[in-house]
Amino acid sequence: MSGAVATAIEGVRRRIGRLRGSRKSAAFLANPLNVTGLVIVATVTVAAVVGPVVAPHDPASQDLAARLQPPSAAHPLGTDQLGRDVFSRLLHGARLSLGIAVVVTAIRLVVGTTIGLVAGYAGGWTDEFLMRLVDVQLAFPGLILALVIAGMLGPSLRNVMIALAVVGWGSYARVVRGSVLSTKERHFVDAARLMGVSRVRIAVRHLLPNVVSPVVVLATMNLGTVILGTAGLSFIGLGAQPPTPEWGTMLSAGRHHLRSAWWIANAPGAAIMLTVLGFNLLGDGLRDVLDPKHETKTADRP
Amino acid sequence: MKRANYLGYRLLTAVGVTFGVSVVTYALIFLTPGDPAAVILRQQLDRQPSSEEIAAFRAEKGLDDPIPIQYVDWLTDAARGDLGTSYYSDASVSSLILEAVPFTLELAVASLVVALAIAVPTGVLSAVHRGTPIDYVSQVGALAGVSMPNFWLGYLLILVFGLVLGVTPIAGAGSYSHLILPALTLGTGMAAVLTRLIRTSMLDVLEAEYVDAARSKGLRERIVVYKHALRNALVPVVTILGLQLGTLLNGAVVVEIVFQRPGIGTLLVDAVFDRNYPVVQGIALGTAVVFVVTNLIVDLLYHYLDPRVELGGQTV
Repeated sequence: MSGAVATAIEGVRRRIGRLRGSRKSAAFLANPLNVTGLVIVATVTVAAVVGPVVAPHDPASQDLAARLQPPSAAHPLGTDQLGRDVFSRLLHGARLSLGIAVVVTAIRLVVGTTIGLVAGYAGGWTDEFLMRLVDVQLAFPGLILALVIAGMLGPSLRNVMIALAVVGWGSYARVVRGSVLSTKERHFVDAARLMGVSRVRIAVRHLLPNVVSPVVVLATMNLGTVILGTAGLSFIGLGAQPPTPEWGTMLSAGRHHLRSAWWIANAPGAAIMLTVLGFNLLGDGLRDVLDPKHETKTADRP
Repeated sequence: MKRANYLGYRLLTAVGVTFGVSVVTYALIFLTPGDPAAVILRQQLDRQPSSEEIAAFRAEKGLDDPIPIQYVDWLTDAARGDLGTSYYSDASVSSLILEAVPFTLELAVASLVVALAIAVPTGVLSAVHRGTPIDYVSQVGALAGVSMPNFWLGYLLILVFGLVLGVTPIAGAGSYSHLILPALTLGTGMAAVLTRLIRTSMLDVLEAEYVDAARSKGLRERIVVYKHALRNALVPVVTILGLQLGTLLNGAVVVEIVFQRPGIGTLLVDAVFDRNYPVVQGIALGTAVVFVVTNLIVDLLYHYLDPRVELGGQTV
């Protein structure tokens, strides 16, 4: 397993190494949309890392005398129904949303990649069985299955993470399997086999590096999807519970003050949209340079 | 693979997947920590149930049988269309679902109309004017639409059209005016996905020789684009529409909550919070089966519409 991790890291490192100063990175940076995506993602990441430190107010401190204040110098995004500073809560929420997105995406990626690799390389009945398992996962509309799983486990952020991780690995497995199927017929794999390289080593050293590009693209887009999913489930009431400053929960609380205090619901709404847009722009750009054949698209097919 | 073999293989896997789906659906309630009977009774009675009450409930609902037996009973009943009875009323689960379906269906159809009305012209314009500001703006617009959480869009529309302008109802169902905002909310998100697909598909088609041929006959560009190119470009889009059903169902849940509309989504969310297991299982099984069947039809349709597609190699 550590070999697989090392290979994956090595694969990403080589890609980045190749990207740096290459035509690919120039092509990537030449598109203003890609740069926009990069800037948004960088900003949100910085907000997630230093936000809670630089936030002007404590996200939980209530000031009922100053409730429902419109945006001002003291409160750049106003205050909510309990007089809490919306901007500070947004900053704390950034860490929460991004942290969840990274963890959930990582679980999906590792599980999906492993299953796809095994299925594609082993072939036969193993492949058939694993791919039908993927079919079963993808047979449920994702949010509905996540909703039911999170609901049965009980409302909490941890359970939302579990639910979102369980429903999202199938597309990785499909993409990786497809890539492995085409790579394993290549001559360098035959050569390695003839030299007596073990099956596990072939899978990890020769097949895995070739799936790095599509998987990186898929994971980038997935970060956005997971943020949407977490916010959606929290909005419904299954995720973060008040007073946690989670974006979906904040939006849900703000809906009762839509007319009198529009900023409470719209600030987290805009934050979610911008962040997801950033990941989508970045993912699109990465796909154009890393995966010109758009292998990642197979995720859309049944 | 031969066509008949492929058909058989696809049918067989669809049955297998449906079976897997039923196992997963049944297993879902066992995710609840603790004894489901005790949890439900505590919720229903609003106090700690006595052990006699729990025993009576278990006996009544058949929860004392071994789990595999419970599963087989449930599955054989489900196959006959009997999904059990709601824990909170005497209504059968299938009747509850059948009451809710028309509302969700109405929303889905209206959203699809909105989506196509936005996506077809935008996608075509984007492809025809590739690389121009028109293309740029529509592509960014589409990405923004994909990134927009539909619960936020819903409240924005409520704020503008319902509260500030006061021209549409903001909650409930029953008339066409109630449908406007929910359909716009759900349709815009789908339009974003479809715009990208139509653009890509149009770009492919516009390079085809028969489009050159149509142009060289001296046909006006408008006719070439809309009559010759668009028709062919829509073939892959139609098949993708089937796959959009999942997105539609996911979105319907959230949109129904935002606009307090009755429907499958509202029914499911209420059942999840009430721990009304038969209803949860019924809806989970129902949506998954509809999804599997739709995918099967789409897949077969795709191979039928475009015989060049290599059979059996579809996921490679």
